[in-house]
Order: sequence, then structure tokens, then C-alpha cells
Amino acid sequence: MAATPFDPAVTGLLDAARGPLHPAAAQTLLAALATGWADPTRRGPPGRRARVMLDTGREVLADAMGVRPDELSVHASPEAALELGLAGLRHARRRVGTRVVAGATERSVLLLQPGAEEPVAVDHLGRVDASAYAAALAGGGVAESGVAGSGVAAAVLQSANAEVGTRQPVAEVDARCREHGIPLLVDATASLGRDPVGIPHSCGSVLVADAATFGGPPLGLLAVRTGTRRGLPGPRREAEQGREPAPPWVPLVLAAAEAWRQTAAVSAEEERSARELVDRIRRAAAAVRDVEVVGDPDDRLPHVATFSVLYADGEVLLDELARRGLTVASGSACTSSALLPSHVLAAMGVLTSGNVRVTLPLAAVSPTRAADVDRLCRELQDAVATVRRRLGTDDL
Amino acid sequence: MSGAEPPSPAEGRGRRGGPPVVDARGSRCPVPVIRLARAAQGLAPGTTVVLLADDVAAWSDVPAWARMKGHTVSLLEDDGWTEYRVLLGAPRTDRGQADSST
Repeated sequence: MAATPFDPAVTGLLDAARGPLHPAAAQTLLAALATGWADPTRRGPPGRRARVMLDTGREVLADAMGVRPDELSVHASPEAALELGLAGLRHARRRVGTRVVAGATERSVLLLQPGAEEPVAVDHLGRVDASAYAAALAGGGVAESGVAGSGVAAAVLQSANAEVGTRQPVAEVDARCREHGIPLLVDATASLGRDPVGIPHSCGSVLVADAATFGGPPLGLLAVRTGTRRGLPGPRREAEQGREPAPPWVPLVLAAAEAWRQTAAVSAEEERSARELVDRIRRAAAAVRDVEVVGDPDDRLPHVATFSVLYADGEVLLDELARRGLTVASGSACTSSALLPSHVLAAMGVLTSGNVRVTLPLAAVSPTRAADVDRLCRELQDAVATVRRRLGTDDL
Repeated sequence: MSGAEPPSPAEGRGRRGGPPVVDARGSRCPVPVIRLARAAQGLAPGTTVVLLADDVAAWSDVPAWARMKGHTVSLLEDDGWTEYRVLLGAPRTDRGQADSST
């Protein structure tokens, strides 16, 4: 393992939807602080240097997404990229309609957009039904309208769900969107960099990724394929293909590009080992009494494992595992700031209480990953029993 | 930690020999499901138990619990709360059965 310029303190980290930087990306970031700090729009030597570095970073990241550099823009967060990507499609098609067809397990930032109020239902595994989705595209389903495709501004589908790992039928939905001439935004924020086969090539009019998923800083990557109609209200924006008022900070973009290079170089081995660890967690959880393992067992992200524990409290379970040196996440209501259960778990009709979610860090980021998973599998039974005893539910 | 509370006498038989009623309005997840499970404990298959709850999590958790345990549940929305009518099925031991679904 390369020497790290800082200690990211990752021992026991099993909640790495946003993990620490890949060590090589951290080194790139430090180096770029000295050379790439300038505003890339300036004409002087520092600005020109920063511009060259930004172009290089963009080329790498565009290649990662299977698009051309001039189709890609970089944004402050994946949420900002998702919001902007959808806003661009909606604005361009505002005379066609305002409705947004989306799956019920899309990220909240998309489901909260106007027009996405009636998402397409998912099954028990968290997958949208492609024909129900197609019916919604055709204007059928819940909302009633006349002509086929009428009223729909855009469609949104995640490549896979970040909370439960289930992959979505992106290729099939993409084909249906093309039939109707409706632009599709593919949210690949949970997949790109983790799931090599998870994103069917050339799907979608718009593709969004999160550099943190492959060990970079949490930048949003927004690719809009050439020929896609898009626009934004308000004055023209100069930077990032007309999508941002200012260019991104170049050192961050370079760090993201380096993270991609490193992660892509070992993606097959990374996926294989993550999948094996996740399978181990799912088996260990399934062996505990009254635990429901959720999400598709096979057609899924390699690095996410989720289960719900009956007669237990998500918050207490998290604390109990933290006491044992293991950091996990939860979709239970008691762990959310809004005190609402995860909309993903609720849409799937699975238990939301006592929920535990593991998002594995990259092996390159956490040398103790396999040992941490072993420890979780070993301690889970006892941790659950402890929590149930404390709640007085161990006799149920 | 209100899940640790002992089964209250109010959770006994409902009015005039009707089904047992658990009034969990005002308590949050996972308490409604825990109290419901406790009320259902030891009752014969075919018995009905009623839960009143206003916690949003119960809306997904009670049907999920019923599915895991082989019970049947019907929901009746009332003003600001929900009545869950649970028809108890045959007891079964379950171990992470979701893996084998579909």
C-alpha cells in the first residue's frame, strides 16, 4: 500500500458510500495544490497550467463515463449534478410537459423535483417493473392523459440502488424512452467505479456519477450526450459546458481523475472481493433469528449489504456495533434527521426498523476491510441479542 | 427504550370480547411492532389482533412483520392514525427468509 499523506482512520469503516480519498488521489490532490490552484480561465501562466490540468482530468473522467470531454461537466456534489441534469431536461421540454417519470427508489433529491410526485412502484427486491415504467412513459398508469408520451418532460432511473444494491432494468427502460422520444437521466452515482457491468453503454441522454464512489472527492459528474435538448432558465452560464457559473477547483478534478485511474486498473479484482464479502455479510445476517436480508441477492451492486432486524431499534443497533468498533449506516426512521424511515425500504415493503446498511470501502482505501467484515459477521448475532435484551424483546 | 415496558393491562381483551386491541398511538418505531408481537404471542392461529398506530414507519413495518411471520394484515386509514387488523397465521421459525424470495 502506498504511503498516505494523512491517516484516514478507516479501521472498522463499513459505511463508505462516501469513503476517504484513495491514497493515490490524496497524493495527487496535494501535488495539485502547488501547481493547479489557479483559475483555469485566466490567461497568465498559472491559469494556463490549471487549464491544461483541468482538460486532462476531464478527459479521464469523460472516458470513465463513456462520453466525450465536451459532454461532461463537473459539479460540487452528485446531488447538484442530478438536480441540474434533470432541470436542464425539464426546461428544454417545458412546452411538452412537466411530468417526470421516476422509480420509487430514486434518490430523494430527484423525487423532490417538481413533476416527480407519482413515482413508478418497485417490487419486493426494489426493482421497477419495466412495463409499469413504460406505461408511465406512455402517459398511462396513475396520471391520465391523452396522446402517448404527452405531458412527460423527462424520465429518471438509477443504474442500481445505493441503499439496497438492486440493479435496475436500465437498458430496457432506455429503449422504451427512445421509442417515446423522452430523454432519460441515468443516475449511476452508486455504480460507476464499483460495478463494471452495471451501466449499459450509451444508455440515457444524461448520465450522472459521483467521484466519491470510486475513491475521489465527492464531485458530481454530469454527462449530457450530444444532440440532447437541454437548457436552463436565467442568464447564460459560462463554465462547464454552460452549466455552471464558475469552473471547478482544478486540484479536486485531478484527484477524481487519479482515483478513477487507480480504481479502474483493479476493478475486476475489487468487484470480485467485494462481492464475496457482501455475500458473507448477507449469509451471516440471514442466520440471525428474525432478520430480513433485503435487495436482490444476485443482480446487485457488489459492495452494498442491507438487512433489517425485527424487534430492534436501528439507532441502538448502530451504537452497539459502534461500541464494537464497527461503523455501519441505517435507513431506520430513528437514525434520520427527519425521523422518517428510508423511502427506499418503505417502497419495497420491507422492514424499516432495525435496519443496518454496509457500504464497503474500496480495498485500496481500507486495508482492514476483510477483517472488519469478518468481525461484523462474528459479532452480529451477539450484538443483535444485546440490543434485544436491552429493549426487553429477546423473548419474542 | 419504551420497548422494554411490560405488556399493559390495557392490551388485554377488547371491548365486549372483541379482538385484543393494542393502542400504540404516540409511540415510534420499533415500539408498535414490538407491542403487537407481544400481544400476538401465544395466541392461536386464526385469532385477530388489532393495532392502532400513528407512526409512519409502522405503515411499512407492520405488513413486513406480518409477511415475515406468516400473518395476514389489513389496513384501515383513520383520521391521523391507522388501524391494522392482523389475522394470525401458523407460527413459523424464520431465518432471513428474504434471500429466497421470488
